[in-house]
Amino acid sequence: MVEAGEVRGLEVSKQTPEPPTAQTAKDEDMCVEIKQESKAEIKLEDLFAGIDSDDDEFSTSGNPLNSKEHRDDDAQNTSIELLRIYYQRFFPWRYMFQWLNHSPVPTKDFKHREFSLWLHNDAVMRYQSYTTSDLFRKDVLRLMPRRIEIGPVYTADPRDRKTFRTASAFQPMAKELCFDIDLTDYDDIRTCCDKANICHKCWRFTTMAIKVIDTALREDFGYNHILWVYSGRRGVHAWVCDKRARALKDNHRKAITAYFEVVTGKQGGKRVNIRRPLHPHLSRSIDILKDHFQRDVLETQDPWKTSEKADYLLQQIPDLKLREALRKKWESFPGRTSALKWADIDALAQTDASATLDPKDLLDAKQDIVIEHTYPRLDTAVSQKLNHLLKSPFVIHPGTGRVCVPIDRNNLDGFDPLNVPTLQGLIREIEAWTEADGAAAAMAAVEVSGSSGQDVKPLQDWEKTSLKPYIEYFRSFVTTLMKAEREAVLKRERDEDDEVPVKVESLDF
Amino acid sequence: MNRIDVKRRNVLDHRKKQFADPLYKEAQYPHRLNFYATPPTADITLEQFEQWAIDRLRVLAELEACSFRNKTPAETAAHMKPLLDKYLPLDASSSASQLLHAQRQKDHYSHFILRLAFASTEDLRRRFARVETMLFRLRFQTDDSRERAAFVRTLNLDWEAVSDEEKRELAPQLASTITFSGGHGGGKRAPQVLDEDWLKVDWMRVPDLVESRRVYVRAGMAYVPGREQQSMVLNAFTKRLEEALELTARALPRLDEDDRLTPILNHLSKNFIAPDAGYSGSGAPIEGAEITARNIDNLSQHFPMCMTHLHRSLRRDAHLKHYGRLQYTLFLKGIGLSLEECLVFWRSAFSRITDDTFNKEYRYNVRHTYGDVGGDANRRSGGYSPYSCQKILTEHAPGPGEAHGCPYRHFSPENLATMLRACGVTDRAVLEGVAEDTKSQKYHMACNRVFEHLHKSEIKRAKDEGIMTAAQLETIVHPNEYFKRSYLLKNMDGKLHKEKGDVKMEG
Repeated sequence: MVEAGEVRGLEVSKQTPEPPTAQTAKDEDMCVEIKQESKAEIKLEDLFAGIDSDDDEFSTSGNPLNSKEHRDDDAQNTSIELLRIYYQRFFPWRYMFQWLNHSPVPTKDFKHREFSLWLHNDAVMRYQSYTTSDLFRKDVLRLMPRRIEIGPVYTADPRDRKTFRTASAFQPMAKELCFDIDLTDYDDIRTCCDKANICHKCWRFTTMAIKVIDTALREDFGYNHILWVYSGRRGVHAWVCDKRARALKDNHRKAITAYFEVVTGKQGGKRVNIRRPLHPHLSRSIDILKDHFQRDVLETQDPWKTSEKADYLLQQIPDLKLREALRKKWESFPGRTSALKWADIDALAQTDASATLDPKDLLDAKQDIVIEHTYPRLDTAVSQKLNHLLKSPFVIHPGTGRVCVPIDRNNLDGFDPLNVPTLQGLIREIEAWTEADGAAAAMAAVEVSGSSGQDVKPLQDWEKTSLKPYIEYFRSFVTTLMKAEREAVLKRERDEDDEVPVKVESLDF
Repeated sequence: MNRIDVKRRNVLDHRKKQFADPLYKEAQYPHRLNFYATPPTADITLEQFEQWAIDRLRVLAELEACSFRNKTPAETAAHMKPLLDKYLPLDASSSASQLLHAQRQKDHYSHFILRLAFASTEDLRRRFARVETMLFRLRFQTDDSRERAAFVRTLNLDWEAVSDEEKRELAPQLASTITFSGGHGGGKRAPQVLDEDWLKVDWMRVPDLVESRRVYVRAGMAYVPGREQQSMVLNAFTKRLEEALELTARALPRLDEDDRLTPILNHLSKNFIAPDAGYSGSGAPIEGAEITARNIDNLSQHFPMCMTHLHRSLRRDAHLKHYGRLQYTLFLKGIGLSLEECLVFWRSAFSRITDDTFNKEYRYNVRHTYGDVGGDANRRSGGYSPYSCQKILTEHAPGPGEAHGCPYRHFSPENLATMLRACGVTDRAVLEGVAEDTKSQKYHMACNRVFEHLHKSEIKRAKDEGIMTAAQLETIVHPNEYFKRSYLLKNMDGKLHKEKGDVKMEG
């Protein structure tokens, strides 16, 4: 196996790496299972786009790695080699450990947590677990998974799961409450892209979805530690890490999911069916979404440009006469923009074209339309089950090569999914750094003859690249989370010390 | 008799219990309703033991059947009333009936006997908890409001009243969660909020209210209007019962018993077989039918709407999403399509993908469904059983681009009508009947109505000639039953020729 120290920048291409270690792993471990869709869903496009673009990316990037003629397995090997560099030098092991462990010393939260590793031969190793962060790192470096997923914390070590006689001895106990928003679910309302493609225009849907869900989780359910992570291609994941959220049972997860679910897919019919008066969550969401609707949907997406799409809009107008009047008007102005069409509805409703129209019905219909075009669409399967696995933050998306970085919720509008660090980009950055700054630093070190590096803490590799702000954000998120957990423990201990009969609040968790 | 003394409960401090003499305390039943917190301690005869349990079982089985037939709460109540009066009467405390104590005792004892009978497996426990909750709900609703309030007070559920000040502060939010039931004008809302009693509880205590957005939630607390307390009481009931059943299950192996009760208990649990226990004839092909991948297009004329829709979507898109595949594969398995044929079917149906993709993405799932791969439990049990209507109606409502589910429930009325017409249902009366049924959420009735319409002449013949009994023609509650019956009805002649009129149907 290639040793950590040997793999350095340009030398990579000269290495002849051993075949992927997955084979040996298979023999050693009983846990190899072929992936199973019900457990960990992966979309067809994902896989295929991934395999195709592997070639593309490595051959077109101006990387010296590909100066030789390349074959498919070459590309595969180089990608494994790049991945190895990434896991060795960039992946934030320490903060990942703290994030899942909620304390500096390894606890059951980490030790009994399931990880599942997707190997390059398409096998999935379920039920992996590690007693320390170092063992986790070592195992990942040994197996070089192209994807790491995080599962629940079990009542016992997942590796021992076969030793229990009854099923009840091995049960999932806790996991972050997760949400998954995927832009493919918006295909019927986005006009710019479809399938796995995204652009800045349709990314706005994600931004508004995050705002709505994040606000509701905080205000309604009182959760504070919510981590939003870019999934690497066309969606985002939310990890709600509060202790109370982690302990939720399946029925509660189902309840929260349904609470958020508004746009349901009645086949071709009306998609939004909500009760009036609006639930406070919905009226607040409409307040958040209103501006986005005007700017990001009407103006940017222009959803009712074509006449079929405009017909679909007309079907939702409650009054027949108004509907006809609008139809006539739009037919005489082909190509009228959606923003103008939207304004027409109110304008014509004002005139006597619709004596029978109930303004309340029209308002309701308009609210429904706003919700249909802006309200978050969740992949509910991810949120409902305690034992659902979800891709870990900071892994590399195999198709795009992008790092699944956390998104700063205070700077949502500034997040650019097409410009996040990529595996190849990071490697280039670190090489550039070593050559320029590193050389200068070395020169300086020689001059002062060894007295450098004493007072200045050496930079981590990730600090030298564009990954820096993301890891720093993650670090501060984890620090706040650990602090909250510690305080909860302290409070409990304090309460127990006070000889007062135990109060209900202290047992809240 | 000494043996029974050991099991008697008493009201001493639990720490001293093991040293104290067991004292027999006559159970008191101050309320009509019972949370069944304390097990009974008095002696009853073996005949009573069996009879009471059977009576309660009869009520529970009927209740479960009502839910399978999608009866509305009002219909269920009307349907159950005579049965309850006969087998498990419970009079209000105010009724001055002489039998109050006897009735309540029977209710109490029969509940605990059935607990013993149904604690053994996870599946039985879940069903028992579900139907017991249904029974409790029924009684809770019919209880006298004053007695009910008194009963609820004894439960000690920890909820907190919302102060007037907080009510005023949150009036607009609270108003939007109570006004939907009546058409109140805007001006009347504020005083109404203040009139109502509001309870503040952790939202996790009322997941169903949160799920349907019927309560306002803030900072993890749900604001529940007083009249929704039913749902909280029911939740508490289910939760406590489930926990108690779990404990019972653990205690069962140590049941201090000779051989008198065990046979009765086993017999009771065996009799608790209801429609959702799965499709009995699964995997066994109908005799004479050619059930192969090639023939599915032809057989699809016998499919119920849900499967027809899946089949057509599959032919149109050459693809189905996950739950669609699952529902359809299980159905095909149920009509007797072998695993090999099923793989052939899916492979050829997904015509736009490569063999490699198919093997990687889909083959495993089909095999898993058939129990060919997967964990021990899956393989032993032969995979999943075909979905019943109950399951299709209640689980995993289809999202955008998904074709599974029940058209009667998940389609808009217009789309449903279009689809029915496309399937040859053009009779106005039938279409209107279906629209009526779906509106009142009787999806089974709609489906059975369509079935009866499409097989009108055959059913008549089958009845006239006595080929099928009325029992064999009762309400269909399983897609596979729909197929089987449709196939047999349409092929009566072929059958008759081959088997000289000897048509056999199981189940």
